[in-house]
Amino acid sequence: MLATSPAFTENAARALADAGLQKALAATRPRFQDKRAKAYAGLPEFEALRDAARDIKNHTIAHLDLYLEAYAKSVEAQGGQVHWAETAEEARRIVLEICRRAGARTVTKGKSMIAEEIGLNDHLQTNGIVPVETDLGEYIIQLRQEPPSHIIAPAFHLNREDWITTFREKHAGLPADRPLAERRDLLAEARSVLRERFLAADVGITGANLLIAETGSSVIVTNEGNGDLTQTLPRVHIVLASLEKLVPTLEDACTILRLLARSATGQDMSVYTTFSTGPRRAEDIDGPAEYHVVLLDNGRSAMIGTEFQEMLRCIRCAACMNHCPVYGSVGGHAYGWVYPGPMGAVLTPALIGVDQARHLPNASTFCGRCESVCPMKIPLTKMMRHWREHAFERHLVPPKFRTGLGAWAFLARRPTLYRLATRVAIGVLGLFGRRRGRFAALPLAGGWTGGRDFPAPEGETFQARYARQKRRGAQR
Amino acid sequence: MNGTRDARARILARIRAGLPRDRDDGARAGTVRARLTNPQRGLIPERAKGERSALIDRFVANLEKEFGTVARLGDAAEVPGHVAAWLAARNLPARLAAAPHPDLLALPWADRSSLSIRFGRANPDDAASLTACFAAVAETGTLVLTSGPDHPTTLALLPEAHLVLLRASRIVGAFEEAWDLLRTERGQADVALPAERRVMPRTVMLVTGPSRSADIEQTLELGAHGPRSLHVILVEDEG
Repeated sequence: MLATSPAFTENAARALADAGLQKALAATRPRFQDKRAKAYAGLPEFEALRDAARDIKNHTIAHLDLYLEAYAKSVEAQGGQVHWAETAEEARRIVLEICRRAGARTVTKGKSMIAEEIGLNDHLQTNGIVPVETDLGEYIIQLRQEPPSHIIAPAFHLNREDWITTFREKHAGLPADRPLAERRDLLAEARSVLRERFLAADVGITGANLLIAETGSSVIVTNEGNGDLTQTLPRVHIVLASLEKLVPTLEDACTILRLLARSATGQDMSVYTTFSTGPRRAEDIDGPAEYHVVLLDNGRSAMIGTEFQEMLRCIRCAACMNHCPVYGSVGGHAYGWVYPGPMGAVLTPALIGVDQARHLPNASTFCGRCESVCPMKIPLTKMMRHWREHAFERHLVPPKFRTGLGAWAFLARRPTLYRLATRVAIGVLGLFGRRRGRFAALPLAGGWTGGRDFPAPEGETFQARYARQKRRGAQR
Repeated sequence: MNGTRDARARILARIRAGLPRDRDDGARAGTVRARLTNPQRGLIPERAKGERSALIDRFVANLEKEFGTVARLGDAAEVPGHVAAWLAARNLPARLAAAPHPDLLALPWADRSSLSIRFGRANPDDAASLTACFAAVAETGTLVLTSGPDHPTTLALLPEAHLVLLRASRIVGAFEEAWDLLRTERGQADVALPAERRVMPRTVMLVTGPSRSADIEQTLELGAHGPRSLHVILVEDEG
């Protein structure tokens, strides 16, 4: 997928001016937050489970080489095949090869962010294979030729009117006067259109929420049942998974599953949590004859041993973006690549380069809500700060900002000079702003005053007032 | 594939390059082996614990919260009559695709000659199905469905209505208890596989309520791609 992350500033400005998007964001965001809060309140052990889940993933990553070897051995012992892919390009080639060997013409797909990351749909289409998205949200954005705007709710940016218009336009064979006004009409129509595609598909491709080393299983979590139909009906099932999805045992998977749905949609469990292990057994009367896992690295192994290693704990629940004021204002498309929100601000620079994605770690108020709701306790703001440092060190930050930051750093390291300079600046601002109490414009701060007034200081610095009050306290 | 074998070596080498230099690979291998051969339970929430009758009630309450329905019968012989009445009440045809499971094959279907029943996998036009289930989890009101010749997966996915026969004795508190049942009871299954690999059937589906989607305006609608209704027939088989 081509990244528009370098244009984050322009993307964000456009998103803020998009009335339809703002309507969708305002209507749907509180729902995610309320549901998660209720689920959290319903499980007194939630905080203890967060610690346990963090420890499971830290342990797995510290032994990732060994667990991956054990996992591959387990898959193969059950008659499945593991294909290791270092890059997105390699993963695309492997999937295409499996599809070609299966003589596939159409491929159904369960929702997979890895498929988005490697740009799979375009690649299949270019090579004469028709990919059909079956998750309802993925289906509509495929019809509209848009990328997902959220990692668990791909059509987060759409309103009901958008659904109705798109279905009327794209389902041209159906009667023009059919009722579509209600959500259940839309759902029923998608169900019947997609049912035929499920039955016709030659290959089914799903993602994986978890991989289990003990049993060689892959786990998908869905509410619709589309992932299960995708992997059950065709002759070949391909699982696309990145290597950090691994956990050691079924017990470890349970601990993480207790957090995943609660953090994501506020359900205790999603409707379908399915553990798949190998192809159909000799005595089975349905299920795929082939089971393939494409295990993708694409930059993740290089994060181990760096300050970004902890990002590999992420289970893609989307709680961070559901609680992020920046995501809530600009939506997912502004981030310009596959992963939006706080988790995307940390992961995207690691996967496509900080030169492409340097704006994303700045798209944060550092309020820390993302960290406080992250079920895996990932220190997201700390890692965003690390990316800002990287961008600065690699001279990716424009000269004006570098000079400003340089000047500030010079002062900040010299406390006496800092106190003097701020005293002068605050005194001058206080004098000039005394009459109106605020400034509509200030030199060097046009970006700030462009959208709001700058309140005039009262003429005394915080440090000076603090010191004065402390002295007064001591006298008492 | 040769390409992916090289890729595997390079990926593993990169991972090792990022791990601490002073690591003890022998000890690490021992740790991993121990964890995989003797899986340890993590923290089990209180809601997964309790007396038998409390667990059964909690299973029912949790499933109903997720829009599943439950009927409690005292005797398995009542099942065919209950199924016929359930279908009729919903204006569904008196036809059923059923799993060829011993518990279901043994039911007195002949007493309900108006109900036509076919044992096997689901066809796309089946309106209703009946399966057994391996276990159920009280913690979240979840059914544990294991695939196999006695449980074709398609039965739980294609029809609009999915009916499930659950014996009360198969309700456990926590997910981990269901894994323990799998580990002890499936030891003899899948004889083509090495003994230590016989635990998992092709799929274990944890099902919590009927299919749904909230993709349109983040508002819940039932009946996405899977069954629109999930009805559990709970047969008391404990003293």
